[in-house]
Amino acid sequence: MHVQKNGIRSMSIRKFLYILPFMALLAIFAYYPLYGWVYAFFDYSPPIPLSKSPFVGFQWFHSLVENQVKVDQLLQIIKNTFGLSGLNLLFSWLPMVFAIFLTEIKAVRFRKFIQTVTTLPNFISWVLVYSLAFTMFSSDGIVNGLLRQLGIDSPILPLQSSHHVWLMMWLWTTWKVLGWSAILYIAAIMGIDDSLYEAAHVDGATRMQVIRYVVLPSMLPTYFVLLMLQIASFLNNGLEQYFVFQNAFNKDSIQALDLYVYNLAMGGGSYSVSVAISMLKSLISVVLLFSVNGLSKLLRGEGIV
Amino acid sequence: MSDSTVNLTSQEQVRQSRFDKKVRYQVSATDKLISVVIYTLFSLFAFVCIYPFYSLIINTISANDISARGDVVFFPKHIHFQNYVDVFKIPGLGHAALVSIGRTVIGTSLTVGASAFLGFMFSQEDMWGRKFWYRYTIITMFFSAGIIPWYLTMRSLHLTNNFLAYILPTIVAPFFIILVKTFVESTPKELQQAASIDGAGVMTIFFRIMLPISKPILATVAIFAAVDQWNSFQDTLLLVTDSKLYSLQFILYNYINQASSLSTMVNLQNAGSTAMASLTTKQTTTSIRMTVTIIVVAPILLVYPIFQRFFVKGIMIGAVKG
Repeated sequence: MHVQKNGIRSMSIRKFLYILPFMALLAIFAYYPLYGWVYAFFDYSPPIPLSKSPFVGFQWFHSLVENQVKVDQLLQIIKNTFGLSGLNLLFSWLPMVFAIFLTEIKAVRFRKFIQTVTTLPNFISWVLVYSLAFTMFSSDGIVNGLLRQLGIDSPILPLQSSHHVWLMMWLWTTWKVLGWSAILYIAAIMGIDDSLYEAAHVDGATRMQVIRYVVLPSMLPTYFVLLMLQIASFLNNGLEQYFVFQNAFNKDSIQALDLYVYNLAMGGGSYSVSVAISMLKSLISVVLLFSVNGLSKLLRGEGIV
Repeated sequence: MSDSTVNLTSQEQVRQSRFDKKVRYQVSATDKLISVVIYTLFSLFAFVCIYPFYSLIINTISANDISARGDVVFFPKHIHFQNYVDVFKIPGLGHAALVSIGRTVIGTSLTVGASAFLGFMFSQEDMWGRKFWYRYTIITMFFSAGIIPWYLTMRSLHLTNNFLAYILPTIVAPFFIILVKTFVESTPKELQQAASIDGAGVMTIFFRIMLPISKPILATVAIFAAVDQWNSFQDTLLLVTDSKLYSLQFILYNYINQASSLSTMVNLQNAGSTAMASLTTKQTTTSIRMTVTIIVVAPILLVYPIFQRFFVKGIMIGAVKG
């Protein structure tokens, strides 16, 4: 009996040892970067190593708000982050509507074709999106070539414009991910019990009434979860898209937190202050995540994470 | 989980049959109008999604002087394929292709292997600290230290200008682990129990039983991982300054910003070897940029239609769990 118990225990430990190397990889690449936060408390300027850099405490955090110019700059960055993420949040219902109306298409082949084609852009990188955008909208691009042929001589140059930058970025995001984001909702629609439709039919419901009272309610749980996740990642609107689209024209409106932090460190060499901002951003994101998780527990009885 | 996958497909059949049965709503004028609007809007959006790709392709095979003016809109003009020959004369492009292919093949194999193994191991209820280590893995999806702290620590590990920086951080991928674990838990427990009674160790069970029956989900993981690797841009941007390690994505980004000097270079090379290049095949800023774009996007365009169903399956299983 005793021997067998030991055997089970050693088996259980051995199984853990098998995964230990992978847990170590995670420790190095997911947890160890948190240690990078210490740079925020030193006056670090390469090539002088961190060990020889002076400790400055919270100086960099104070410096973010030490004078009006810096406050204004930071406010602009926060405004951009809220603008860029806010538009995505504001239109977060779009994939749901896309899915509702896509499944209303009765011609199966046509529907499959639309779904395949609209999902494709999700699988190309932002660099490629930018290249396609450039091909379409540069001064000698397709769109302006077409306009010229039509006799219109004032070119449209949305990529070299300081106007409506947030809206343009939202449009590119939508072009890229709309079809893909709709897939979850399509799955939810496919899962609706047929008897609900039949009941609605017996009651003489019109098509719009079926959508309003049968389809829509059954998708709201999915929408709620995705909305919560989107709110949790409100500050993490990514680097790549804004990095590839940024230029001298749109720089003031396109710099969201991630891009700003990148430009500060890799462009300006101000590592410590950008780590300080990164750190604040990560901490606020964690608070956001716990908040929406708590909200979800309160409203649905289960968390999202 | 395969249960719910099966459910999805059977429900899809039911759903389609609902239309087949032609359950008739009161077909009013409004309904017809709605149909027309739906078909028109979706057709337009599909056009917007596919046209940029089509337009790139026809432009790269049209006369370069015409395409440089933006005059190739719906059909190719003066078809030729010289661009696809010339593009490989750009120094560094072939090498970048090797880097991209290398990281995709090596990175994907390791990610698939690790996801298969960890997904299986996390389903072993008797593993020491299973719950803790699973949470420890999954939680990394929801926080990050930030790009600059990440860059600084990677640099301290000497992973800048190092091919390993493309591979090592991607090996353990929580989302893929969830996919595999969900799949493994949906397979009958008796399979493992029977093998265990026959004296098979945990590694034997993994290699001889779970790995073969997990093939469908591993195909999904492989295709996601490969697309991620191929599209990856940020790691090169942050960690690599050595041009020998540039990936295709990174080199494409550079080309968009400096294609004019490259076209001059290719033209000079051509002038040396052949007689005067005609305007049709003479490289322009536009032709270089477009042809490189096609080279970078081609693998996605070729792979995507074949594997589309895997992508869809992946996100659905992940969604149910995540």
